[in-house]
Amino acid sequence: MAVSTPAPVDLSAALMLDPASAVEWLVVLPVAWCLAVGALLVMLRRWSGLQPAIALASLTVLVLIDVALLDHVARNGPTTMVMGRWLPPFGIAFTVDLTGALFALVAALVALAAGIFSLADINDSGRRYGFYPLLMLLMAGVSGAFLTGDIFNLYVWFEVLLISSFGLLVLGSERGQIDGTVKYGFLNLVATTLFLVATGFLYAVFGTLNMADIARKADDLRVNAPLMTLVGLYVLAFGMKAAAFPLNFWLPASYHTPRVVVSALFAGLLTKVGIYALIRVTVMLFPIEREELSFVLALVGALTMMVGVLGALAQTDFRRILGYLVVSGIGSMLAGIAIGGPGGIGGAIFYALHSMLVMTGLYFASGIAMRLGADSSIATLAGLYRKHAGFAALTLMLCFAVSGLPPFSGFWPKVMLVKAAIDIGAWWLAAALLLVGFFTMIATGRLFLLAYWRDSAIPQAADGPARLSAAALGPLAALTLLALALGLYPEPLLAMIQSAAAGLAEPSAYLNSVFPAGGPQ
Amino acid sequence: MKSIIFRTVAPFLAGLMMLFSIFVLLRGHNEPGGGFIGGLIAVSALAIYGIAHGVETVRRAIFFHPMAIAGAGLFAATVAGLVSIFARVPFMTGLWIYPSVLGVEVPLSTVMLFDTGVYLVVVGAISSIALSLEERGGA
Repeated sequence: MAVSTPAPVDLSAALMLDPASAVEWLVVLPVAWCLAVGALLVMLRRWSGLQPAIALASLTVLVLIDVALLDHVARNGPTTMVMGRWLPPFGIAFTVDLTGALFALVAALVALAAGIFSLADINDSGRRYGFYPLLMLLMAGVSGAFLTGDIFNLYVWFEVLLISSFGLLVLGSERGQIDGTVKYGFLNLVATTLFLVATGFLYAVFGTLNMADIARKADDLRVNAPLMTLVGLYVLAFGMKAAAFPLNFWLPASYHTPRVVVSALFAGLLTKVGIYALIRVTVMLFPIEREELSFVLALVGALTMMVGVLGALAQTDFRRILGYLVVSGIGSMLAGIAIGGPGGIGGAIFYALHSMLVMTGLYFASGIAMRLGADSSIATLAGLYRKHAGFAALTLMLCFAVSGLPPFSGFWPKVMLVKAAIDIGAWWLAAALLLVGFFTMIATGRLFLLAYWRDSAIPQAADGPARLSAAALGPLAALTLLALALGLYPEPLLAMIQSAAAGLAEPSAYLNSVFPAGGPQ
Repeated sequence: MKSIIFRTVAPFLAGLMMLFSIFVLLRGHNEPGGGFIGGLIAVSALAIYGIAHGVETVRRAIFFHPMAIAGAGLFAATVAGLVSIFARVPFMTGLWIYPSVLGVEVPLSTVMLFDTGVYLVVVGAISSIALSLEERGGA
């Protein structure tokens, strides 16, 4: 209720009185848009025929919003909007820098590709189970995690995306899916709890949750506060989310059970949110602690890569192989974080973006392969090349991309990481990166040789050329071409990633965006 | 449930609780209460009615599917945040209007719309769970 005060209160001490400009709205729009559309789709549950159309249109809009956001951030530097006009650190800030904007855009592209692929993969019962609302709410969580500038808010977006991912995992309620979901759910809840404990601890130490505020206060508190413990907890929590060794076992155990498009989405988005959070916390907020932990991170990274790729070599199920390859990629990103510096962090960011596109594409390929060959094991899957040569060519390109061969997108991050590792004298890490690239080549080569090139043992009538719908082949082709384009002409992205990494290492622009002209001390 | 006392009282009790839940929701802006707790009270009313007269009756009475109610609530809450775009203030800023209805000034705000959204999300989500549990349990 409005209470009339005798003297006018000085609002400028607590509230932002300048009008918010339209571009600032770009910062919160991805999240608000996904939430609103998701809510609308929940209400329109019955109109299952209408759902894909609405979802695809709004995912396209999401991509456009993210493009505009990236363009704005690339031109004008980090941008902040604080909820409800309260001045930071009290209002919850959404702060977008180049790293966040790049991740958000690639996530939106992956979601759009998955939305199109879902036309071929999600049937009417899947629609009535709520695939599209869950997809939009998942994107709200993912976008929120990439765009927020408040560490507790980051936790909230983790929860949002986790709850949506539970729904997507059990879509169909098959026995295997429930088994996978329990493993996935339990491990992720433990990780989320650790994240929450760490955040409570951080709040007790810093008295603030705003990331910019934490970054500028860390230097003064380092003498007395147990920051190493804090960062250790965060690394454990995010490492679990990102499926880092030795906490990687949940990923291959659950990613092969849901619908293909759901696996593809998860492989593209979820572990990368963990990596993004790890980069944000270790590189921007606590750089000195990251330096201290770098050997542990490097060791974990190297082991994750190795375990991942050896797992991929041992498996026969198409999607399980891919699950292990996702884990192996996470190892390379961790190695980048451990190396640090513009080369290491830039390499980790580039690798994450590349992995989002390529792993999603490979999961699409596994879905098409399973439909063409009516099987998911590469021991029995054969002759896909004869059935659809174009599809086989696309898969081969993705296999090259994931192994880090030129001229595909996997090549450049690998070059950056190996060079950065040699620069700091970590020859063993460089060797591990190269060895893993070689093993990945063998693993994907084995996949291609057995499932695609080998003729089926028993010639069947259905072995002739097969037709594929545009909804299935289109997104696969689009992601492959994007990987090819980034491999052939990486300059613009490389430039952006370099300045993103520089912005993380020296976050003064980020701080200025939240606290203009110093702000309240 | 068989008890005739319970069956007779349940509709009155449910109606009273519904009314009380809306009171708690509106009271919540400045005093203890609000959308979350109000929503829980409303769900208890639906649950009691469901135990007394069967889940089917409740589903007919609330007309919309519980999840659709939750969706409407989420939508209302998001819209409440987006309204501030027209006032050139940041997302989720509380905006007030004071229209006069029959000579009485009624304060309305986006905060209230947000709280109503929370109320509907809680009513939808929890009653969806409660009703399906009652369906399985009540033989």
